Amino acid sequence: MIDVAKFKPKTVYVTYIASTPQKIWDALTQAAFTSQFFFGRTIEIEPKVGGSFVLRMPDGRVDVKGEVVAFDPPQRLAVTWTVDWNEQMRELPACLVTYEIAQAGEAVRLTMTEAHQWDVPDDLLAGGRMGWPVILSSLKSVLETGKPLSVKMEPPKEMIAALERLKKKA
Amino acid sequence: MNAQPRPKFVYVVYIVSTPEKVFAALTDEKTSAQYWSGNRVVSDWKIGSPFALKLKPGMHDVVGKVLAFDPPRRLAYTFHPHHDGLEREGPSRVAFEIEPLAGQVRLTVTHDEFPAGSASFKQVSKGWPHVLSSLKSLLETGHGMVAPWYKEAETA
Repeated sequence: MIDVAKFKPKTVYVTYIASTPQKIWDALTQAAFTSQFFFGRTIEIEPKVGGSFVLRMPDGRVDVKGEVVAFDPPQRLAVTWTVDWNEQMRELPACLVTYEIAQAGEAVRLTMTEAHQWDVPDDLLAGGRMGWPVILSSLKSVLETGKPLSVKMEPPKEMIAALERLKKKA
Repeated sequence: MNAQPRPKFVYVVYIVSTPEKVFAALTDEKTSAQYWSGNRVVSDWKIGSPFALKLKPGMHDVVGKVLAFDPPRRLAYTFHPHHDGLEREGPSRVAFEIEPLAGQVRLTVTHDEFPAGSASFKQVSKGWPHVLSSLKSLLETGHGMVAPWYKEAETA
C-alpha cells in the first residue's frame, strides 16, 4: 500500500456542476462516460481499494495505469497514476489523482487534486495543467448539456523537452 | 527575507460559446448578475475609469479601475475588496484572456499582484472557480448558479 502522506498537491482544479454526486461519480468511473470527455479514453477500474485502474486510448494502447487508493462512492475516488504511453514517463514515480465530490448548495463541487511524491519540475506538470481544465470543462458540459467539448490537444512542448532531457540523462 | 513568491491565481475554463458572448458576459451588468450570484459588474469600460463589483444589498463593494478593454479578447481591472476588512489591503489585479477554438472558447483568468500577506487571495481562490463555472453554465444552458456561501449569508 502506498503512503499517501508522501504526496504533495501540485495541481488542483475545482469546478461546480449542476448535477448530482452520483451522476458525477458515474461519469468518472464508467467507460461510456469517460470516452466522451477524457480525450476519448475509456476507464477500466476494479471497484475496490487495491484494485487496478487503466485509462485506454481509442486505439487500444494504455495511456495511464495505476491502483485504486480510495473508492468511496459517490464522494471520493483516488488512484495512483503512471503515464504509460511514453518510456520516460513510465519510469517516473507515480502521482496520485484524487477526485472529491461534495454537494454545494444546489450544485456539486468537484475537486481534482494531482499530487506528487517527488520534487517534480514544473515542465512535467505542464501536461496536467493543460489537460485537466479541458477534461473537467468537458465533463461539466456532458452532465449539463449532454454534449462534450471537442478540443484537440498535443502534449505541451516544454513537457516533451523535459522528457528528452530525462532520456539523455538515463 | 523576501523569498516567498507572491501568490497568483490562474484558472482556465473551456466554454461552448463565442469570444463576443463571453466578453459581453464579463462586461455587462445585467448578465453578470445571472452568473455572479447576483453581483453586478459596473463600469463605462474606458481605460482608467472606475470599475465596481456591486455586491448584494447589505454587502460592500469591490472597486478598481479599468486596465485593459480589448473586445473580444482581453479585459483587465484592478480589484480592491471593500468588505471583511480587506479595504486595508491594497488592490490586486485580474486579467481575462479569451481565445477562440473551433466553436468553443478558452477563458483564462489570472488574478495576481496581491499585496504581501494578502487575505483576499484566499477568498478569490475560492470564489473564481464558482463564478467561472456559473458563467460556463449560463452560456451553455441559460442557467447560472448561486454560490452556497451567498445562500448562507442570506439566511444568516
